[in-house]
Amino acid sequence: MNAIHKIAVAVAGAAVLVTGAAAQTMKINGAGATFPNPIYQKWFSEYNKLHQNIEINYQSIGSGGGIQQVIKETVFFGATDGPMTADQLQGAPGKILHFPTVLGAVVPVYNLPGVTAELKFSGPVLADIFLGKVTKWNDPALVKLNAGVTLPATDITVAHRADGSGTTYIWVDYLAKLSPEWKSKVGVATSVNWPTGVGGRGNEGVSGLVKQTPGAIGYVELIYALQNKIAYGSVMNAAGEPIKASVEAVTLAAAEAAKAMPPDFRVSITNAPGKGVYPISSFTWLLLYENAKDKAQAKTMVDFVKWALTDGQKYCADLGYAPLPEAVVKLEMAALAKIKVS
Amino acid sequence: MPKSKSRSDVAFRIGTGAFGFLLIALVCGIGVILAIESMPSIQKFGLSFWRTEIWDPVAGEFGALPFIWGTLYSSVLALLIATPIALGIAIFISELCPAALRQPLVFITELLAAIPSIVYGLWGIFVLVPAVRAVETSLPASLRALPLFSGPPLGLGMLSAALILAIMVIPFISSISREVLKSVPPAQREGAYALGATRFEAIRAAVFYARTGIIGAVMLGFGRALGETMAVTMVIGNNPKVAVSLFAPQYTMAAVVANEFAEAADRLYLSALVEIGLVLFIITLIINSFSRLLIWSMARTDKVVAEPVEAEAAA
Amino acid sequence: MTPTGGRKLLSSLFVAFCAGAVLLALIPLALILFFVISQGVVSLNLAFFTHMPTPVGEAGGGMANSIVGTLILSGLAAAMAVPIGIVSGIYMSEYAGTRFAAAVRFAADTLNGVPSIVIGLFAYVVAVLPFKQFSAFAGGFALGLMMIPIIARTTEELLLLVPGTMREGALALGATRARAVFSVVLPAALPGIVTGVVLALARIAGETAPLLFTAFNNRFFSTSLRQPISSLTVQVYTYATGPYEDWHRQAWAGALVLVSIVLICSLLARLATRRLERMHARN
Repeated sequence: MNAIHKIAVAVAGAAVLVTGAAAQTMKINGAGATFPNPIYQKWFSEYNKLHQNIEINYQSIGSGGGIQQVIKETVFFGATDGPMTADQLQGAPGKILHFPTVLGAVVPVYNLPGVTAELKFSGPVLADIFLGKVTKWNDPALVKLNAGVTLPATDITVAHRADGSGTTYIWVDYLAKLSPEWKSKVGVATSVNWPTGVGGRGNEGVSGLVKQTPGAIGYVELIYALQNKIAYGSVMNAAGEPIKASVEAVTLAAAEAAKAMPPDFRVSITNAPGKGVYPISSFTWLLLYENAKDKAQAKTMVDFVKWALTDGQKYCADLGYAPLPEAVVKLEMAALAKIKVS
Repeated sequence: MPKSKSRSDVAFRIGTGAFGFLLIALVCGIGVILAIESMPSIQKFGLSFWRTEIWDPVAGEFGALPFIWGTLYSSVLALLIATPIALGIAIFISELCPAALRQPLVFITELLAAIPSIVYGLWGIFVLVPAVRAVETSLPASLRALPLFSGPPLGLGMLSAALILAIMVIPFISSISREVLKSVPPAQREGAYALGATRFEAIRAAVFYARTGIIGAVMLGFGRALGETMAVTMVIGNNPKVAVSLFAPQYTMAAVVANEFAEAADRLYLSALVEIGLVLFIITLIINSFSRLLIWSMARTDKVVAEPVEAEAAA
Repeated sequence: MTPTGGRKLLSSLFVAFCAGAVLLALIPLALILFFVISQGVVSLNLAFFTHMPTPVGEAGGGMANSIVGTLILSGLAAAMAVPIGIVSGIYMSEYAGTRFAAAVRFAADTLNGVPSIVIGLFAYVVAVLPFKQFSAFAGGFALGLMMIPIIARTTEELLLLVPGTMREGALALGATRARAVFSVVLPAALPGIVTGVVLALARIAGETAPLLFTAFNNRFFSTSLRQPISSLTVQVYTYATGPYEDWHRQAWAGALVLVSIVLICSLLARLATRRLERMHARN
């Protein structure tokens, strides 16, 4: 039965190809961050519905993979939540431009059976947990932050990324700002030497780990926590308020940055000042060559990015991402002109 | 012989030999390419690469000790679990079971070998790991205090990895051992029975006779366990730390290459990973060659002439 | 002299242990098959076979592109491995005593033992990087490398099994060596060789690691050999390690399809081998 099904599918597929290939299909490959994967898949799918001859194949292999493969030119564009370093930009065969697409939040997810109250965390405490210094859920530091909640004496299991990740970058960027020990001992990058914990692949892997392991704590992009109904805590921001990640709180984080956006768009907005700001917010970027060899693909991508920055933004809120501030979109439209399309 | 025939024969030999040469070239090519790509790492770290525990892509410090440890620990543990079972199966099928059961049992063991490693991994994540976690949580506190059983009960970790590897390796060891046992001359067993041996004693004699071949089979299983990637990386926890506890998440050479390869962003990182691949290649090469040598040598020594059964009975 | 009670007991315990070992090995097999079938069957519907993956959160996705991808990759691998494997096997059997044949045999056995991730690494360096392109070609190349030794050794062994009289008869009639092999010996061994190819196909259809950075993956339906292509194994891996329930269900369904392919191939190979053994026994 399976064989007949397969033959039928292959024949049907061939038929589709023959009819659909009336217009030349533009196939573009990209790879990178898992952080924006839900919204990117939505965008590429919707764009394909609008332009049936344009297939943009995006694989979420992690920001590190996105950077690496776009440098090696095995994919046409990359995607990352941790901006490329000066060294990485140097190592590329051509000039690579960063284009912010959406804003997102990284949240501390946890699995603590028996505790229904929403937990509060702070940067220094999160750093200590991930350094392996705080090892039990009823540690005094956690108890202090969560007055009124009975925390059990369960061991904390740290879940982190096993692959190179922009989500990791955002997370450790925040921890380094609030914990000098983290900054000197571990540092900030898409892949670090984790003092403790188990590793999962992608936001998907960490979500899976936390969901299946009682006592676990991890960090994932907001949408993964929402879609998988995993509990996530609020985090103390620079103004001293405990804020739970939301589209509004993330947008507030970007407001400051929008006023002073550097021309290459590479900016960190973790621990941004202001009331109501969610402190672990970040832009996520698409990586495009300024002067790519395939001009037709470059033109298609420029058209796509323009669509994503305008029409595409309406899909953000449903998936838990914050749309870009108007000011940033204007700057990007101007920057897109730099890309050579002929 | 007409000249055209001998020329055709020479052409045939060269033509087919060229394909054989291609095969050799491919294998050498793998070794050479791996060696070239790992040069930067070899030059920078030398032998200390294998003694250092730090795996720090940020600082550019690469030490592969945790991966060697994880690979050896998981494979040896898997062998300890798998070998008695595999041998038991091989002996049962070749010596003890009724003839009607033989083919179905052989088919079933082949089935175990045929299941794709990703399916093992899938089953591992959703069935084995929660089961191991349940076992870990139910251990009494006195045992949990021992270093071998210490650490939070994740389910993911060395024990799950070793169990999955054991299941995957059993059919290999079993089928090769079966072949080896088949080549033991009947005289060995018949002689033993003639002397009044029990079944166990007769089989023991046959196994002793076939010992080099069986060791070869076990080593082949070892080689297979060393290189297994997908099933292991899905259940082992992917943590590059040397740990003794069965419950601790660890990392193997094959798993780290699979996880970190796509994103090794700089030359040194990439070549460190390729160096790990190179060592994996060399280790499996040595083990597989050695084990085939053992099996081959065993198959050759059965040139022993079977002693007439009458002579034994007269004794 | 009959054995004493102690020795008899030991023997009985031993027999029990061996039988127990068989049962012990049957348990994981039964469990795996049980879970794959029970979890997979519920998710196996027409959509699974005809639809592409949908974005996260949208239901009704399928693995049509992955199934076709696996078929294409297997075809590519076979196209590469069958000629190389069979002809190398011919060399090894025709010139079996020579040192070169021994070297070829050693190379084949070595290639057989190379971990699949190392094959993937090699294929990435030689088939992806220079072309700056993840492609079905690269994936087929990696899988083909893994098939070659299986086919080569099977061909060699089967050709050696063909009775020498056949070869000698052909040669005596004045045939060239090539003629003798291709017209007489090879056809006699062909059923067994085909079995070997089927077994090799079953093996590589289940491989994931070599495809991770060669064929990569593709959300869209693609048959282009120079583009990334989806495969059942990589897709199952992606879905299994993700957090979405819908993905998990599809992963089990994909696993069921995979196991079915492998089971059917193994069964066919087994039946074919038995018929061959019976044929040879009659000779």
